[in-house]
Amino acid sequence: MPVRIGVVVFPGSNCDRDTLHALDLAGAEPVALWHEQATLDGVAAVVLPGGFAYGDYLRAGVIARFSPIMRAVAGFAATGGLVLGICNGFQVLAEAGLVPGALLRNTSLRFAGREVTIAAERLDTAFTGALAVRGPLRMPVAHGEGCYYADEATLDALERDGRVLFRYVDAAGNPAGPGDPANPNGSLRAIAGVRNAAGNVAGLMPHPERAAEAILGSDDGMGIVRSLVESAGRAATSHAPVEVGAR
Amino acid sequence: MTITEQPVEPLHRRLGVTDEELDAIRDRLGGREPNELELAMFSVMWSEHCSYKSSKPLLRTLPTAGAGVVAGPGENAGVISIGDGLAVAFKIESHNHPSAVEPYQGAATGVGGILRDIFTMGARPIAVLDALRFGDPSEPRTRHLVDGVVRGVGGYGNCVGVPTVGGELVFDPSYQGNPLVNVMAIGLLEERRLTLAAAPGPGNLVVLFGSATGRDGIGGASVLASATFTHDDPSKRPSVQVGDPFAEKLLIEASLELIERGLVEGLQDLGAGGITCATSETADRAGTGMLVDLDAIPRREPGLEPFEVMISESQERMCAAVRPDRWADVREVCERWGLPVAIIGRVTADGDIVVVEGGVDGDGRPLPSARELARIPAAALTSDAIVHQRVALAPTHRRGAPAPGVPAVVSDSLPERGMDPGAVLLALLGSPNLASRRIVYEQYDSTVGADTVAGPGHGAAVLRVKGTSKALVASTDANHGVGRLDPWLGAAMSVAEATRNVSITGARPLGVTNCLNYGDPTRAEAFWQLSEGVRGLGDACRALGLPVTGGNVSLYNESPAGPIAPTPEIGVVGLIDDVARLVGPAFGHVGDALVLLGDTTPGLAASDYAELAGAALEDDPPSLDLAREAALQAFIREAIGRGLVVSAQDVSGGGLAVALAECAMWSGLGAQVRLALTGSPAVALFGESPSRLVVSCAPLHAPALELLARRYGLPVERIGSVGGEGDGLVIESTGAGPMGAAEDRGSRVADALEVPLADLRHAWDHGLARALGWEG
Repeated sequence: MPVRIGVVVFPGSNCDRDTLHALDLAGAEPVALWHEQATLDGVAAVVLPGGFAYGDYLRAGVIARFSPIMRAVAGFAATGGLVLGICNGFQVLAEAGLVPGALLRNTSLRFAGREVTIAAERLDTAFTGALAVRGPLRMPVAHGEGCYYADEATLDALERDGRVLFRYVDAAGNPAGPGDPANPNGSLRAIAGVRNAAGNVAGLMPHPERAAEAILGSDDGMGIVRSLVESAGRAATSHAPVEVGAR
Repeated sequence: MTITEQPVEPLHRRLGVTDEELDAIRDRLGGREPNELELAMFSVMWSEHCSYKSSKPLLRTLPTAGAGVVAGPGENAGVISIGDGLAVAFKIESHNHPSAVEPYQGAATGVGGILRDIFTMGARPIAVLDALRFGDPSEPRTRHLVDGVVRGVGGYGNCVGVPTVGGELVFDPSYQGNPLVNVMAIGLLEERRLTLAAAPGPGNLVVLFGSATGRDGIGGASVLASATFTHDDPSKRPSVQVGDPFAEKLLIEASLELIERGLVEGLQDLGAGGITCATSETADRAGTGMLVDLDAIPRREPGLEPFEVMISESQERMCAAVRPDRWADVREVCERWGLPVAIIGRVTADGDIVVVEGGVDGDGRPLPSARELARIPAAALTSDAIVHQRVALAPTHRRGAPAPGVPAVVSDSLPERGMDPGAVLLALLGSPNLASRRIVYEQYDSTVGADTVAGPGHGAAVLRVKGTSKALVASTDANHGVGRLDPWLGAAMSVAEATRNVSITGARPLGVTNCLNYGDPTRAEAFWQLSEGVRGLGDACRALGLPVTGGNVSLYNESPAGPIAPTPEIGVVGLIDDVARLVGPAFGHVGDALVLLGDTTPGLAASDYAELAGAALEDDPPSLDLAREAALQAFIREAIGRGLVVSAQDVSGGGLAVALAECAMWSGLGAQVRLALTGSPAVALFGESPSRLVVSCAPLHAPALELLARRYGLPVERIGSVGGEGDGLVIESTGAGPMGAAEDRGSRVADALEVPLADLRHAWDHGLARALGWEG
């Protein structure tokens, strides 16, 4: 039985349909979750999709974090539920304090819509487990505020604890720091994605759901989507004995 | 000090209504004088932008019928069936003058307006292409406009979540005081959901939803788009609408949900002319009338005059005709999406647009105390608006347009002295009009929607259709350079190139939308350009068997610096049944054969090479044989369908050398080419005669490809192969033509061109940033 994965729809989300589609391709049962909901309808994992939640006129993600569903998402995360934020979803998670750091305006001060290459730091996480290789993984970015920032101590701690999930890499596969053309936004230490200390909440700026089919030029993102679906499947089996029994 | 009384222009003239038009208005009102509100409503609806009063007689000559056409001109967008119960909606529109005054908002609302035209039909917008034209890129004002317009297109499109997948960026001095911002949008719909902009059924509710009405964009259409443009006059800034892409995103979702659930009888977006336009057009189409309850219209601020409410062009608003029993559901949908919604009137049977103040009763009838502020037959505002028969006069110094039986005089007098073809090629690749547009399109989200198979940068845009094996292919093109010399030919070439760009992917063009950017139609020469342009558009579409499904006319594109070059912007959408068969312009494999199709004919005028040479040419543009063009496109579609083609690129700006360089750069593979010269090397390498393709194919398939070409009556020539020694593009020329150019220079070496790929890429990559001063 396919695992139910929720995709939050804020007013202004614009990658919700793409994410639902990619989850469907990965064999999950995707469910749209409306921003005014106070519960998560029993899903095994939640994705916060890309877009401009509530218009993002103030600062990306700053209003969305106060929406009713984010209380439910925070509670779900606190009990170990799997949460993945993509692009605007990452910004919302950072604003909500569910992942460390902040996403600042791109250092170019311009929107960056292009393909980037990233590499996973490790393959033993809930969000990278189904990847065949760490990288290179080609997929699009599309954002104006994607420059990953945290203070030096936090960055050191993230690296020490293995909580950096993805980095932008150059053609040779080396991390592309700020100023490197392979780094689209000036992110410190080439960070494209991070996870929380418990390892169940992650965010990344690139769009794996837009690189989930070969016809779109890359299916490298499918490994990330499938990682989430497989992890959610395991979580559903271990955390929901009643449902398993009822089958 | 004495006070001198200035004579005051009568109101109608201040609103842009001529004395002749005022007489016609009186006529439509049964002889009575219009009051001020009515005059304001007429002035907007009879503006050039809304009424097409100068262009209507010309547009009627265009072919509009075609296979699968579900909705054509007159609707918000053209709609063509693509099978599987699906249809594609598409249209292009201008936002030129607003963008000149306020580039960010002008461009942003241009995107917003064309998207509304698409989802009003029940189609989900899936792509935007923007065709932008500016003056000299080294001028500070041009740089300001380019930056603002690009940010505006991105700021709006990125937020609403519709990918910007293509378009054009062109520089020409004629656009210096009057830039062009033309935006094309494409949507996908289930055919059974097609919704028309009509308000049938007297007794139905007129429902307005979306943003509240404010003072922004008062007379945007009549003030800005329908008069000759003087300058970036700050006093006109209030006439520019302000965009809210977040509101638009909510409007898209709410509108599509209303349509999906069958809750509306008809739907119309509010654009130029605001509520006046939406009510009169929907009523007129359905043969009904409308009673508008002015007090019920949600407003942003108190104190709006009735005329301001009726003609405001506040953005992100929709008007629906709703059955009374469905009102509760409609309200629920709008409120869930956070959109203000109100019943602002009723559909009536009397055919009049009536505006009342002072309340209506529960059945929508005016209370006894209500005041009737305006009563105008809906038809008088729309289908029965005034039509002008303008005067067209060809300029006396005009170059000869190809007329039947008269051979065009062709010369090729460009200086050949010292021509180093490699240096010319690099200069062309780095020139503002041919260099890579990457620094612009990377500011756009081109992949949202997860349908983008080919985005901006390398030819036509390709979008797969989820749930099918099909893909849509789209391109925009306009040839202003040739249009300036011969407006018929410029328009026909624009159609030829836009459709060719679609055909070379293997897709079958479905239809044509157009944005006709011309000068002041009351000037006989400008109107001649427009009428010749429409004739060229029609001739080309008939030759290619394509319907014109709609578009937009933008006149008065003039500034103190003069009129723009005639610019018929052509948007084409095509369909490929099996996306796996899609062919791109990049070479595929080392060793593949290179084949040139079509005739290289003389004429360098209006070419990028001529512009680079800076010569005022007593020369003609190359000629166009529309039957040949049709055969070429049919050939390449068949060749691709039969699996004979690895890559296909058309020869256009910069000629054959630039086309080959692009195929090479985009694939990372060089090429060895040998051309048999029959004329000037400049024409062979950089001439832009149309109806030519560079195709690569497996050597095994070359004979079949050549045979097929001959069957279509096309000249075909093996010119070399992909790859070869070294990493670069090598073009050798053999044989002395009539010019004897190589021998005259005492060397054959100058006819050889050999440039490493890295040099090609460097010139092409950095040209635009350098031209715009965007790199330090």
